[in-house]
Amino acid sequence: MSETTATAANDRGFWGEANYPGIFGWIFSTDHKRIGLLYFWSVLTFFCVGVLLGLLLRLELFAPGETIMSAQTYNATFTLHGVIMIFLFIIPGIPAAFGNLIMPIQIGARDVSFPKLNLFSWWLYITGATLAVTSLFTGGGPPDTGWTFYVPFSAQTSTNVSLAAVAVFILGFSSILTGLNFVTTIHRLRTKGMTWMRIPLFTWSLYATAWIQILATPVIGITVALLFAERVLGTGLFDPAQGGDPIMFQHLFWIYSHPAVYIMVLPGMGVISDIIPVFSRKPAFGYKAIVVSSMAIAFAGSLVWAHHMYTSGISDMAVMIFSFLTFIVAIPSAIKVFNWLATLYEGSILLDPPLLYALSFILLFTIGGLSGLVLGAAAADVHVHDTYFVVGHFHFVMFGGTGMAFFAAMHYWLPKIYGRMYDKTVATVAWGVIIVGFLILYISMKVVGMMGMPRRYYDYVPEFTGLNQLATVGSWILAIGLILMFVNIIHGLFKGDPVEANPWGGASLEWQIPSPPPTENFGEEDPVVTHGPYDFKKAGIL
Amino acid sequence: MSEEHAHIVPYKTFAIVWIALLFLTGTTIAVAQYDLGAMNVWVALGIATVKAGLVVAVFMHMKHESILFKLSLLTALTMLAIFIGFTFLDVLYR
Repeated sequence: MSETTATAANDRGFWGEANYPGIFGWIFSTDHKRIGLLYFWSVLTFFCVGVLLGLLLRLELFAPGETIMSAQTYNATFTLHGVIMIFLFIIPGIPAAFGNLIMPIQIGARDVSFPKLNLFSWWLYITGATLAVTSLFTGGGPPDTGWTFYVPFSAQTSTNVSLAAVAVFILGFSSILTGLNFVTTIHRLRTKGMTWMRIPLFTWSLYATAWIQILATPVIGITVALLFAERVLGTGLFDPAQGGDPIMFQHLFWIYSHPAVYIMVLPGMGVISDIIPVFSRKPAFGYKAIVVSSMAIAFAGSLVWAHHMYTSGISDMAVMIFSFLTFIVAIPSAIKVFNWLATLYEGSILLDPPLLYALSFILLFTIGGLSGLVLGAAAADVHVHDTYFVVGHFHFVMFGGTGMAFFAAMHYWLPKIYGRMYDKTVATVAWGVIIVGFLILYISMKVVGMMGMPRRYYDYVPEFTGLNQLATVGSWILAIGLILMFVNIIHGLFKGDPVEANPWGGASLEWQIPSPPPTENFGEEDPVVTHGPYDFKKAGIL
Repeated sequence: MSEEHAHIVPYKTFAIVWIALLFLTGTTIAVAQYDLGAMNVWVALGIATVKAGLVVAVFMHMKHESILFKLSLLTALTMLAIFIGFTFLDVLYR
C-alpha cells in the first residue's frame, strides 16, 4: 500500500479497513463498530416501518367506524406495530446499536470479549426479524393477538401466531447473547486504571441491562415455546378444560416483559447520564447514586411484573404486594431524575441538539413515569386498565424516554463514528417539531383514555372524535419532525463538515481517539485511565 | 481473575460424590413411600437441590472457580427462586 493510500485509509478510521469486499466487509465483520452500525441501520429501518404502521392506525382512528381499514386489518396492524417497535426497535435499539459502537471504547477495550458471538447475535436478530415479517404473508395471515400473545385467543386464532412465536424465540437469543457478551466485556476487558467507579454511566447502564437480558429473557423463550406447544401439540398447559391455567401464561409473559421495559429504558437513562455532564460542563452529580440506582432498577424491576395483571383475576394478596413493589421501583428512577437536574444546576449549559433531546427525555419520561404510578396503584388501575390512558402512558415512557434517548445518542455519538457533523440548527428545529407533535398526540391519548376509550378497537363512540382527530393531527406533526431529523442527520453523516476528535468536549475515552475511530480503537498501546469519566478539569477540557 | 483450568479432581472425590448421589436418589425413592402431606414436595425438592449442588460444585468445577462465577450463579438461582416464589403469591391465595 502506498503512503498516500495508507494515510487516506487511516483518516477514515475503521471505515477504510474491511476484511472482505463490499457488503461482506459488513455482514461478516467482527469489529464491534461495524456490528454496531449493522444494528443501527437495521433497527432504524424497522423503526420507520413501525412509525408508518402507527400513522396508519391513527388515520383509521381519525373518524368513528371503518375509515381506511377493516377491523381484522386493524388488529393485525396494531399487533405488528407493537411487535416491530418492541422486539425489533426498542429492545435492541440502544444496547445493541450504541452499546456495540461505544461501550468497548469507553472502557478502553479493542473489541467485545466474544466478537464472533457478537456477529452471530446480529445474524440471529436478522433471522428473527425475517421470520416475523414472513409470518405476515404465510399461514393464516398476520397475527392479530397484540404483541402480548395472550392465551386463550393466541392458542386458538387461525392467524400465523406460531411463526411469530418462533421469531420472538430467536430474537430473545440474540438479546441474551449480547447481554452475555457485554457482562463479560465489562468484567474482563477494562483497560488499566478503568476502575469500577471510573466507568462511564452509559456503560454502567448497559451492565445493569445486560444482567436483565441474561436472567429474564430465557423466560420469554420458554413462554413462546409453550405457546407453540399449545398450538401445535395441544398440551393444554394454559387450558382450564385440561387442568391448565391461562393466567400462568400472563405470569410467564410479564416475568420477562416487565423487566424488558427496563432493558428498554435503562440504556436510555445511561445515554442521558453521559450527555448531561458534558453539556453542563460539570461532573455528574451523585455518580455513585446513579450507578446504584441502575442496579436497583434492574433488580426491583424484576419483582413487579404482575402489575400488568390486576384485572386478570389474580389473588388480592398478589395485587397488594405487586402494587407496593411497583411504588418502590419509582424511587431509583426518581434518584436519577434528581441527580440529572442537580448536575444541570449552575452548570455552563450548552444547548446543543444532544442536550435538547436529553432534556426532553427528562420531561417526557417523568410525565410518563408519574402516570405509571396511577396504573401501579391497584384501585386506580382498575378504572383505566386497557384504556388509551395506558397507551398514552407507555408511549410517554418508551418513545418519550427510550426514543428520545436514542435520538440523543444519534446526535451525540454518530458524528464521532462517521467523522462528520449534521446541521445543528435544523436538528434543533426538528427537535421542536417532534416535541410539539409528540405532546399533542400522546396527551390526547391520555385524556381520551381517562374519558373511557378502550384500547385495541378500530372504532369508538362519537363523543371521542375530537380528541382522536387531535391525536391524529399530532401524529402528522410528529412524522414531519422525524423526517426532518432523519434527513438532516443522514445528510450530515455523509456530506457534513468533518469533525475533530472531541466536538462536544467530553472527558470519557471515546473522545480521546480520532473521529472516526481506528479499527482497534487505540494505537499500539492500550490507554491508561487516570481520572473519572466526567472529570473535565483533569481531562484538560476546562 | 481465574487462571487456566488446571484443577485435577482425584477419582476418589468423583467416586464419593457418585455414591452420595446414588444414596440421595435412594433416599428420594424411600421417602416417596411415606405421605408427608405438604412436606412431600419440599423434601423431594430439597434432596434434588443438594444433588444438583454436588454436581455443580464438583463435576462442573464450580468449587474451584473464582467468587465472581459463584456470585453470578447465585444471582441466577436467586432470580429463578423469586420468579417462582412470587408467582405463588397469586396461585396460593387465589
